[in-house]
Amino acid sequence: MHSFTHPGDWLHLDWVLVVVCAWLLIGCAGVVALRRFRLVATVLFPAGAFFSILLMAVALSAAFAGPEVAVLPLGLPQLPFHLRLDSLSAFFLLLIGGVSAGVSTFAAGYFRKGEGTPPGLICLEYHAFLASIAMVVLADDAYVFMVVWETMAFSSFFLVMANHRIPEIRRAGYLYMLVAHIGALGILLCFGLLQANTGDYTFANMRAQHLTPFWGSVAFCLAVFGFGAKAGLLPLHVWLPEAHPAAPSPFSALMSGVMLKIALYGILRVGFDLLQTRIWWWGVLLMAVGLATALFGVVFSTVQVDMKRLLAYSSIENVGLICAGMGLSMLFAAYGMQALAALALTAALYHMISHAFFKSLLFCSTGAVLHATGERGLGKLGGLMRYMPWVAWPTLIGVLSCAGLPPFGGFVAEWLLLQSFLFTTGLPSSFLDMLVPVMAAMIALIAALGGYTMVKYFGVIFLGQPRDAKLAQAHDAGMWERLGMLWLVTGCVALGLFPNQMIALMEPVTQLLVRGGLAHTVADSGWLLVPVHIDRASYAPAIFLLGVLASFGLTYVLVRKLYHGRMRRVPPWDCGHPWQTARMQDTAEGFGQPIRQIFEPFFRMVRRLPTAFDAKPSYRVEVEDPLWHWLYVPLVSLVEKVSRLVGLLQQGRIAVYLMYSFVTLIVVLLVVK
Amino acid sequence: MSAMGVLSQLLALVTALVLAPLLTGWVNQWRHWLQNKSGPGLLQPYRMLHKLFQKESLVAEHASQLFRMAPYVIFGCMLLAGAIVPTLSTDLPLSPAADAIALVGLFALARVFISLAAMDVGTAFGTLGARREMLVGFLAEPALLMVLFCASMITGSTSLTVIVETLAHRELAIYPSMLLAGVAFTMVSLAENARVPVDNPDTHLELTMIHEALILEYSARHLALLEWAASLKLFAYSCIGLALFFPWGVAEANAPLALLLALPVLVFKLAVGGMALAMIETVSAKMRIFRVTEFLGTAFLLAVIGLLVNVLLGVG
Repeated sequence: MHSFTHPGDWLHLDWVLVVVCAWLLIGCAGVVALRRFRLVATVLFPAGAFFSILLMAVALSAAFAGPEVAVLPLGLPQLPFHLRLDSLSAFFLLLIGGVSAGVSTFAAGYFRKGEGTPPGLICLEYHAFLASIAMVVLADDAYVFMVVWETMAFSSFFLVMANHRIPEIRRAGYLYMLVAHIGALGILLCFGLLQANTGDYTFANMRAQHLTPFWGSVAFCLAVFGFGAKAGLLPLHVWLPEAHPAAPSPFSALMSGVMLKIALYGILRVGFDLLQTRIWWWGVLLMAVGLATALFGVVFSTVQVDMKRLLAYSSIENVGLICAGMGLSMLFAAYGMQALAALALTAALYHMISHAFFKSLLFCSTGAVLHATGERGLGKLGGLMRYMPWVAWPTLIGVLSCAGLPPFGGFVAEWLLLQSFLFTTGLPSSFLDMLVPVMAAMIALIAALGGYTMVKYFGVIFLGQPRDAKLAQAHDAGMWERLGMLWLVTGCVALGLFPNQMIALMEPVTQLLVRGGLAHTVADSGWLLVPVHIDRASYAPAIFLLGVLASFGLTYVLVRKLYHGRMRRVPPWDCGHPWQTARMQDTAEGFGQPIRQIFEPFFRMVRRLPTAFDAKPSYRVEVEDPLWHWLYVPLVSLVEKVSRLVGLLQQGRIAVYLMYSFVTLIVVLLVVK
Repeated sequence: MSAMGVLSQLLALVTALVLAPLLTGWVNQWRHWLQNKSGPGLLQPYRMLHKLFQKESLVAEHASQLFRMAPYVIFGCMLLAGAIVPTLSTDLPLSPAADAIALVGLFALARVFISLAAMDVGTAFGTLGARREMLVGFLAEPALLMVLFCASMITGSTSLTVIVETLAHRELAIYPSMLLAGVAFTMVSLAENARVPVDNPDTHLELTMIHEALILEYSARHLALLEWAASLKLFAYSCIGLALFFPWGVAEANAPLALLLALPVLVFKLAVGGMALAMIETVSAKMRIFRVTEFLGTAFLLAVIGLLVNVLLGVG
């Protein structure tokens, strides 16, 4: 087809495969240099980051090119690997490359000697994970999709288990594996339905099939179930708050930033691309599940006392919001409202990429804090801004972005989402017309609660006084870690300030999936972000930032010119209270207390209050997930019961088994006759 | 961007800066009069600002850069808010840069910064204030957004200038949704501006204070900027209320004469609004902090009902 002799003739797809192979080679090199720590840290991980940047460049150029296909002679004899690179894959490759470039750089300075799995092995697992993720978005038949999907699940399982000597981590890993496989079962069944008895499992064949609404709906629900298990949608989210804290921080960053998005990619691929029909209630289902997940996630994240769990729940929230956007897009697409469907889908895609950047950044910052202090509980941190400014300031950008505040990336996504939820009048069903604004209200509430969580996260870790004496010895992040975090910060800021350019990148994706796009309205509006029409809504983050900065600077200069800039350092005032200790500050529990009180029915709380006669009074409150007790515990006991009944068959005597065979034979004979 | 636009933009900025402390003084004066006190005089806020700017700033020993930066950021946010909200004219070149949602984002940005700054020194009152402020914020912010959405549903736009122009040109009719939104907006503004049923600007009582707990550690120019920002916020909120519910008298593009007339109209509307605010504060009692969530929850629900009424009646 095309010559491989000259690199100039290579397709984008070939370049992506080069990156994938390079990652695999780097992983293998890690195994060879199993315990040569310095080599792994300063050569292999940065090399991986270099290939991430290459992937990003390839994806940028592939976004506007037409789809490319390839068939690799790998796998089983009759089942070669079908690969395809279209604009949807290119968008996700861009996300993977952009985020992993920062995270790999961070990881170069992160791993320490003598912690759990040897660094060379982590290097293998890490790069195998990246390679498999890139292959997932390229896969063009169900067979290769499942192979790389499972590779992704296994490599991430081993990464979660990096510190496998700790029992909780083993438990988290097991739970993760279990849910991942229940999900994989759903995906497998979904593909089985999509090929519609043709026996041809390529995606091209699935696109050509026209399922009846019933079987289409079943396939869609199976996809939402299967991919939702990986994305952390309610009620299959239980693994997420366990696995994210268990994994080493750079890997938590990849899991939350990239892997959850790949699960959402699966929903997009099946729901918008492979299935040719769209039914309105699919959208409502996605929206309802998404918003329930988001509300649940945000309420739980406000009451967490472990910094990585807090971020994990916040990821659940964001996945929910993205899902709601996708659902709305599906709803509009079902009624043939292409422009609005494109707006909602753009909002969801924007949220995906900005969440990928800011959440990876925040997970990296928890890693840096963890290394500097050895402490994950918020209750023992505090005041780290003084000791770790190189971590604190990038984290502040991440926190502002995560809280959905202008002028950063998170706000643009939220703005687009609210815009798409706001202008819905005109849906054929008046019930939906009423439903969508109520959902907009919920999104506003969730976004505001997200701000609460982020103030708690940043304030308790970095501000105030250190809650523990040893924190004064905390050291700042090293060179590689700073570099990695700065890369991710750049992403957050760029996503915030240049929305038009980013939306232009998403245009081919929305054209592919819902046959509409924003580029024509966005292109000629210069600095303004105008999704529909200038009279309807507009936002200009650059001017916004300039306005705040200009008034900041002018005020600063004028105050000094007109008056003076004298300042003196004194002990804190605190209404004149003389003895103040760090323990008088709000703890993480204290900061979450109002939310715990307001949303009490959400939680399952175990409180231990001190009595008046305790010699050493202590207060303890544990907040648990009620779904675990309502859904999972009964389910597990049901499974145990059923297996015990099945166990009754096992008598261990050969005569009984012979009788089983005999009875079976008789029954089969009767049926056949 | 016309020369007239630049002029009206500058005029709006100066008006906000100058009138904001006066509005605070006016409300305080009326409150004192209504409570049979003599009151400090209308110009007291200016004297206060002048005094604070002259003083030497005392900063806690271990306060970080964030603490010193925050007053400027917050002041900048409020100034920008004052520039975006149509006060005198709807011909504002800065207005397309931020619509109603971005305006709410701007207030949220200021709130996050003041809460972080309050946590920075690490005193008991600071963190307490930060927690309460975020508690008020997470309910007030969506409620405000819903109020603005009610107006945008009627006018088909989230741009504040378009909302004002469209509302002002409609024939006089009472929209049931705007009525609900109006009640919700009043409740939200009371909470957001640290007014009596929610917070008391006059006390330093640890059981009740929110805003005062946040700025407890600040002094001199930093405190002056925060106080000025607080009055700018009150001014901006009042102007949003006027723009949504009493949009008449605001000048439009290419109408230099209307711009001259707009200032007295604005002063009159603000004077009446300030009196009403003082009245509400005088007749209502301070709530316990956990009643605030019910209060704001009601506001949020009212605004959502307003939104639904809008859809039901098919307005817009």
